Amino acid sequence: MIRDIDLMIVGGGPAGLMAALAAAEAAPEGAKILLCERDEALGGQLVKQTHKFFGSEKQHAGERGIFIGRGLSDAVHAEAKIEVMTDATVLGLYEDGIVTVLNDDKHLKFRPRKLIVATGASEKFLAFPGNDLPGIYGAGAVQTLMNVSGVKPAERVVMVGAGNIGLIVSYQLLQAGVDVACVVEAAPKIGGYLVHASKLARSGVPIRTGWTVKEAFGDQELEGVVLIRLDENFQPIEGTEETVYCDTLCLAVGLSPLAELLYQADCAMTYVRELSGAVPVVDEDLMTSVSGIYVCGDVSGIEEASSAMVEGRLAGFAAAKALGWNADLAQAEIEKAREELNELRSGPTGARIRAGIAKVQERREGSC
Amino acid sequence: MRIEQHPILSFDRGEKVTFVFNGRPVEGYTNETIAAALHAAGIRTLSHSPELDRPRGLFCAIGNCSSCRMTVDGEPNVRICVTKVREGMTVEEQSGKGVVKP
Repeated sequence: MIRDIDLMIVGGGPAGLMAALAAAEAAPEGAKILLCERDEALGGQLVKQTHKFFGSEKQHAGERGIFIGRGLSDAVHAEAKIEVMTDATVLGLYEDGIVTVLNDDKHLKFRPRKLIVATGASEKFLAFPGNDLPGIYGAGAVQTLMNVSGVKPAERVVMVGAGNIGLIVSYQLLQAGVDVACVVEAAPKIGGYLVHASKLARSGVPIRTGWTVKEAFGDQELEGVVLIRLDENFQPIEGTEETVYCDTLCLAVGLSPLAELLYQADCAMTYVRELSGAVPVVDEDLMTSVSGIYVCGDVSGIEEASSAMVEGRLAGFAAAKALGWNADLAQAEIEKAREELNELRSGPTGARIRAGIAKVQERREGSC
Repeated sequence: MRIEQHPILSFDRGEKVTFVFNGRPVEGYTNETIAAALHAAGIRTLSHSPELDRPRGLFCAIGNCSSCRMTVDGEPNVRICVTKVREGMTVEEQSGKGVVKP
């Protein structure tokens, strides 16, 4: 049986939740909006963000990520126009518009008039000898173990990457009673916000810029790593090796958009370094090259959760507008969301994102 | 080990249950994933690579990668990082790609 619905949203993280709420705000009574989330609960990666967010009040600045996630999840569950399906993995987008979903061991089929893909991202890996030893994790994985499950994930950690995730997770490891030996960062400068770096420095955790992992060692499980210094061209300087004993190595070396579904749907994709990977070519309404398929959040380029939430609102109202739902409201909200995104991406910290988005636009215009 | 005191969080672990990991009993809680319960018990090696037999552990903990696949109650390739613990469940290391029983 194929179920016809108006709008399907894939992913219940910050972007998908906001998209669902936005669409519901514009939708008439009786509209069918379905939100599919592969996990058993909504919230995406907000469920493990114990730190307070930045940005402006509109994006919940000053609130801890977990509470933002709970608030959005509650609002979505309370909205009668949104049907929530958890434990629901979207498996396929077919050329005839059918979307297949695995839910409770059943293979379900839907035919949505519009689709918003908000699948987020996955953690990047790093190549070095011994990188497959148990005890080497994505930084997000130890964050899940300690902040969602309440399990102490390690005794002594070396963190790779001094971007925001590396800095924040290192501090959260300290809060969970874990010893953080050091944070190593290949770049000559700390990439994350100074406020996070200062907290670590005050706690006595060295942040070693211009260093990387040469290799990991251990019999059966990780016992330590060999660090090595890098020159200004990121080449290792022989003779600078240093051994650090640890039971856990965390990789916080960036995220990649989780775009498999977009490839399946044959959306035009383009590699943009500033957005951390291959991203869909989108228009001002965040619609991909395939009519009716929209994107928001990390799948359209890696950014902060605050931008993901605003992108979610933009995509939600854009889909609503395309469905003919309350066009005036939708248009006004789309413009507001665009302004908010411009604000969030303004200033020196947004320069990289702005450059990335400009590349996407160039390539879209080039292909028209 | 489980975190008993945390400056921000409190944990609703659910009910205590016992499951079987590679033939031996392990305690866990119903709101924990199998991966979390095994980590709390100090177990981090979940499988071995099919060709070189190198030990493998968890990597992403959110169901993206395939590093944590194990056989659960006879079903192979279960991502134990997103599967909750149940009383009496059997969790086994699987060899290679696993075997689906008819």
